[in-house]
Amino acid sequence: MNLFRLAFAYLRDRVATTFLNLLLLVFGVTTITMVLLVAHQLRERVNREVAGIDLVVGAKGSPLQLILATVFQIDAPTGNIPLEEAEFIRRHPLVASAIPLAMGDSVSGFRIVGTEPALFSERGARMARGRLWQRPMEAVLGAQVARVTGLELGATFIGAHGLQGGLAHAEHPYTVVGVLEPTGTVLDRLVFTAIESVWLVHEHPRPSRAPSVHHREEHEDAGHEEHAEHEDHANDARQHGAHAERGPSPDAEITALLVRYRSPLAAVQLPRLVNERPRLMAASPAFEAARLLAILGFGLDTLRLFGLLVMAVAALSVFVALTNALEERRGDIAIMRVLGATRGLVLRELFLEALVLSAAGLVLGLALAHLLVELLARSFRQAFEAGLSGWVLAPEELWLVPAVLAVGVLAALLPAVRAYRLDLASTLARG
Amino acid sequence: MRVRGLALVRNGRTVLALDDWSVPAGGRWLIVGPSGSGKTSLLQLLAGLLLPTRGSIEVMGERIDAMPEARRDRFRGRTIGFVFQTLHLVRALSVLDNLRLAAFVVGERRSEDELRALLEAVGLADRARARLFELSQGEAQRVAIARALVNRPRLVLADEPTSALDDGNARAIMELLIARTSEIGAALVIATHDARLAPWFEHRLELGGTS
Repeated sequence: MNLFRLAFAYLRDRVATTFLNLLLLVFGVTTITMVLLVAHQLRERVNREVAGIDLVVGAKGSPLQLILATVFQIDAPTGNIPLEEAEFIRRHPLVASAIPLAMGDSVSGFRIVGTEPALFSERGARMARGRLWQRPMEAVLGAQVARVTGLELGATFIGAHGLQGGLAHAEHPYTVVGVLEPTGTVLDRLVFTAIESVWLVHEHPRPSRAPSVHHREEHEDAGHEEHAEHEDHANDARQHGAHAERGPSPDAEITALLVRYRSPLAAVQLPRLVNERPRLMAASPAFEAARLLAILGFGLDTLRLFGLLVMAVAALSVFVALTNALEERRGDIAIMRVLGATRGLVLRELFLEALVLSAAGLVLGLALAHLLVELLARSFRQAFEAGLSGWVLAPEELWLVPAVLAVGVLAALLPAVRAYRLDLASTLARG
Repeated sequence: MRVRGLALVRNGRTVLALDDWSVPAGGRWLIVGPSGSGKTSLLQLLAGLLLPTRGSIEVMGERIDAMPEARRDRFRGRTIGFVFQTLHLVRALSVLDNLRLAAFVVGERRSEDELRALLEAVGLADRARARLFELSQGEAQRVAIARALVNRPRLVLADEPTSALDDGNARAIMELLIARTSEIGAALVIATHDARLAPWFEHRLELGGTS
């Protein structure tokens, strides 16, 4: 016999009430933990993606869309910008580095991004095997792309126009020359190649060369989500068969530039400078990410509030259960006292009951929350792609431990005090 | 056990007054009197569950009424066994665990063999795992007696232990109480208005309401 056995015996004795209280506690803990987990991972993820990019320069449109398209890779780009405009930004003295992105095609649902190797060093990505591209039509795969598609070094694949398996560019196969190590960012889900590859794939002889601006508008009119995919259609046949060394045509286009500032001063001057150019727009990843999180945060706060409410109900239920139990248990407590138990022992036993219950609720709730988040991540592609996982610990979860135990103790406080003050003589006299 | 100049006053009324009374080790006393005469109060005073308004109570040479509460609780647990009329067992625990509880609350340990032997002595060897609601009144009272004996008390107090029982059970319980207490040399004090118990006792203390 010990205090734990005694507490368990009483919890078991009123199994229905214990079960109900446990259910409420688990429900509350699970709700709060899931919100914490999702919010934490979302924030982490967003911050990880945004890290190292001070400014994104792209075509005019919605800044949020530009960031979503180029940094998070979950939206269509706002359009294209002429290469010479991009060059102007690149050469600006306030710019430490600017990495071009050219997007449009995909393979097995993964985006193909034309860029420069500097992107990898900027974002801290390392090669797991193979090498960087040395000529157009060579590709480096993100870790997840390699895993999902099973493409290995030396394998060839064909890019599909657009994201959802559009027209295949069968005449321009890519060759895998390298695979990246996992980064835990969107890089894992991208296929990288030289910018020139993207230009090369999309050039096909046209009867008359349409000006690029007109071309883009054409697509926007169509309400199509793939404005940017034709970024380079403006490249005419002169580029045909071109190699990287020959350089792009004067009216080549890219989707966006990822810019890092040279000094804090740039944060003040550069966005304005960019926005003054008729075809350019500057968007701050940090600002747009904060905006995004604020929008999502409202929903998360509502859920969190709901979880707290459930916890409060659980606390109340434990309180009511213990108070009711106490009425039934006056005799038991009296017997224990007669047997030699001190008031302190009775008090400890009651608190232990509440603690055992809330600890069980805590552990089960935490476990269930992690399990559910993992299930969520596995059943929804978007959640999985957002890098959601149940096997992560949010630091805020640690606060739940003392908080939930405190709720248990608080609920037991009044009944315990009443048990402590129980008048032995009159309780016994009543039989 | 000895009381001197004992008085218990409740709401300005003297519930109990007892000038000098002592029970030697192993002695057997019956406390009789009409209800309201203070029988239960006297037992509670002897067990340190109630404190006297005046006077002193010595159990095993120690002033139980002068001890700090926690020490009094432990002292009671170790030296006094208490049997009630109907309040028998802790509901949530099995028969065997009720016996374990008695040892646990005073910081003792008893082997399962020891406890089972105790149950056998009260004729309940096969009910060790039973719960309160599975027992008859007589069986529950036997368990209560076994539990009162777990810590080998020097003094066993019983408050109307047979009032709720039929003749056969009452006799069995009394025989059990007397046999077990004399076996361990404990004094036995029973408060009752049950006339059936008189033949077992050589000493009687009559309480007459307001004496």
